[in-house]
Amino acid sequence: MRVARFLGGRLIGMIIVLLIITFITYAIFYVLPSNPAQLSCGRPCTPDRLAQAKTFMGYDHPWWQQFLQYTRGIFFGRTFGAGPAAIDCSAPCFGYSFRLSTPVTQLILDRIPVTFSIAIGAAILWLVLGVSTGVISALRRGTAIDRLLMSISMAGVSAPAYLVGLLGILLFGFTLNMVPIGGYVPLTESPVDWLWHLILPWCVLAFINAAIYTRLTRGQMLEVMTEDYIRTARAKGLSETRTIGRHALRNVLIPVATVFGLDLGGLLGGAVITEKVFSMQGLGALLLDAVGNLDLPVIVGVTLFSAFVIILANFVVDVSYGVLDPRARTGTR
Amino acid sequence: MSAPAEPTVLQVTDLSISFTTQGGRAAPREVVHHVGFTLERGRVLALVGESGSGKSVTAMATLRLLPNTAQIEGSVRLGSEELLSAPAERLRRVRGGLIGTVFQEPMGALNPVFTIGDQIAESLLAHHRGLDRPAARRRVHELLDLVAVTDPARVARSFPHELSGGQLQRAMIAMAISNNPQALIADEPTTALDVTVQAEILALLRDLKDRLGMAVLLITHDMGVVADIADDVAVMRDGQIVERADVLSVFKAPQHDYTKALLAAVPRLPSLRIAEPAPAHVRHPARQGVAAAVEDATIIYRGRGRHQVRAAESVTLHIAPGEVVGLVGESGSGKSTVGRALAGLVQLASGRAVLAGVDLSEASRRTLREVRAKLGIVFQDPASSLNPRHTIERSIGEPLDLHQQLSAAQRHARVLELLDAVQLDRALAGRLPHELSGGQRQRVAIARAISTNPDLLIADEPTSALDVSVQARILALFGRLQADFGFACLFISHDLAVVGEVTSRVAVMYRGSVVEEGPTDQTLTAPTHPYTRRLLAAAPVPDPVEQRRRREAWLALQQADAAAA
Repeated sequence: MRVARFLGGRLIGMIIVLLIITFITYAIFYVLPSNPAQLSCGRPCTPDRLAQAKTFMGYDHPWWQQFLQYTRGIFFGRTFGAGPAAIDCSAPCFGYSFRLSTPVTQLILDRIPVTFSIAIGAAILWLVLGVSTGVISALRRGTAIDRLLMSISMAGVSAPAYLVGLLGILLFGFTLNMVPIGGYVPLTESPVDWLWHLILPWCVLAFINAAIYTRLTRGQMLEVMTEDYIRTARAKGLSETRTIGRHALRNVLIPVATVFGLDLGGLLGGAVITEKVFSMQGLGALLLDAVGNLDLPVIVGVTLFSAFVIILANFVVDVSYGVLDPRARTGTR
Repeated sequence: MSAPAEPTVLQVTDLSISFTTQGGRAAPREVVHHVGFTLERGRVLALVGESGSGKSVTAMATLRLLPNTAQIEGSVRLGSEELLSAPAERLRRVRGGLIGTVFQEPMGALNPVFTIGDQIAESLLAHHRGLDRPAARRRVHELLDLVAVTDPARVARSFPHELSGGQLQRAMIAMAISNNPQALIADEPTTALDVTVQAEILALLRDLKDRLGMAVLLITHDMGVVADIADDVAVMRDGQIVERADVLSVFKAPQHDYTKALLAAVPRLPSLRIAEPAPAHVRHPARQGVAAAVEDATIIYRGRGRHQVRAAESVTLHIAPGEVVGLVGESGSGKSTVGRALAGLVQLASGRAVLAGVDLSEASRRTLREVRAKLGIVFQDPASSLNPRHTIERSIGEPLDLHQQLSAAQRHARVLELLDAVQLDRALAGRLPHELSGGQRQRVAIARAISTNPDLLIADEPTSALDVSVQARILALFGRLQADFGFACLFISHDLAVVGEVTSRVAVMYRGSVVEEGPTDQTLTAPTHPYTRRLLAAAPVPDPVEQRRRREAWLALQQADAAAA
């Protein structure tokens, strides 16, 4: 009952936040002095054809009406224009790219497998890598291993993605010729090639992100190891492995889970630079392309989708908090 | 259990402990010097000392539970087996198997993310590989039943944050005795608990020791606890045992000067007459006027949603000018909340709080600010109530800046005066709090509280974080300052003996209400309310003979209450 109320409340909160984000994104991109109708009216662009394009795209109304139409489109779908030339955009309609003659929803759906493949694989890799190196570093505090891991993680924290990506391609792609230098093969087509093409981007993203987890885990671990319940665990005769693996790690993972959810959420919305570097046609590449061509419906659509994924990730983090930490379950006490 | 004929369970000889610092570059610092003692079956050895005496370090060293920076020399023998050189796997079997351990703060000593039942079962499974889950669970319930928790099944299912301190410490004890250990090490097992709960836990420990035939090593700073439960006493100071004797001799005829000083510093309750009917109240001459008062005050803390706690219920308390009123009660009784109400720090749901003739709930921000100049507060823990980055002078001078317009030179002169008043060296003015000892910090906090010559001083557990010898000096200082400056004081404390020493009138709070109020000597010797009686009976006194009498009286009260319920 309590759980249901908690989830229900969270869900309503999510929807409200999404509506606000829709409004702000919409306002920023559509109220700005740019004219999508102008861009798609072709040449020569007579005032007549411009007005026609405006009406067709729905830009002939005041901005707030446009916003309402847009929001309604998300839930119920909408139709651009009328008559035989009408374009139907079924729910959930996040707009229509007149440049690509495709609904934004379709564009996003096409790119999701690429982006999700990159993001989820990289996230698992960096979580395992970051947490294990963090634990090792904390337990071997002050030793050469600790210093080495901390130096590497410092490099990871400070290195920009494009640099690491390009260096990776140069070394493993060209010089050693071990992995392909870019491109994406769908999992359904060839799982081996899929994996092969993704290894380098995963490693690049994992290297950069794991660094943060190494440092976070190390700090948490050092703190948790001084807690009284660790001493209790030892005093009741548990082995060191069990003391650390069960009593310490579980408590270390609570803050790590928070950061992980948010990072993964952010990445699922599109790894812009990584996708560009590895020539992969994911959401990030779609966004970059849309920005370059001032394709406003796509920009708004992808931005909204990213926001949605991040909010969803937030929600998952909140729920996992309740699973990991019993103190969060009962609320205030 | 087969009882071994040998009475000696654990023998510690010539134990020295030193800590290396700064990655081993600095010379090791020895904190325990050549300490030795013996634990015997069915007897309790109390290792007594103040903070920094090395008593806890000594106890932890017997099981090698110290961090890697510690170097332990000497010998710790369990039966005929040397523990200090035992291999890790053997040591693991001794920990929790042959020697159980109970720690001070049960909330911190239990892992917050596992249930109590899981944690006790883990202790069982660590020493009995073959035990299956259902059998472990049955045994957990048996153990929880043995330590007399209410509803063992529910406690086993609970997480630490869902239980009270007393229940948690019982669970902790259940865990410690889960493998029928030969010895139990209890490191300040009742220090974090309320006095009535402490009495119950001590009774439980005594009972279990006899039933299971354990040897007990009890680490404590509380002479009352020693008098209650110990058979033998070892007094530690600066890493050495300065006196060792059976409990009666230590209290009756202490040999070492330090032991004498320690015993003299313990505040004592006037002798209690629990069984006698209360004499008719003798009215003390009422003081004129009111320095501060709460009248019919109800305070409600709101949590999330509809969750709320009634922290105080129709509390009325008057403090006359120059009067020191004690407010006693256990944790959660609402005594600190009443203090906060007088400081205007919490909103009243109903009733009023009056300070210097001003109703705090109706006062404007500006009036409130002016009135607060007439108020000083001293908190429990001076380490956290002083800003660690402010110098002593800045901390003491801050209220002066807020409430009085002084030039820099005047302010400086006033701070030095205040340092004199609390008997601190003027040279400390430029220091930071971490450079001072706990007692010195509390003196600074007092200087800050009296800097504006307040009408009312609220002292919330001002000596609870201090060692008993430091406490005695702070209380003496407090008495002198009160006489010199003549402020009224609300003295909040859980320690009845301390309240008995410094206050003239006392109010007893229980579950948000004042259940009894009267002149201190009368209330503490002939209480009328059953709760006050229980509270008084539970407070241990530093005298084994007297404490035995009191313990029996307390047990009789418990049984009478149980029969009445």
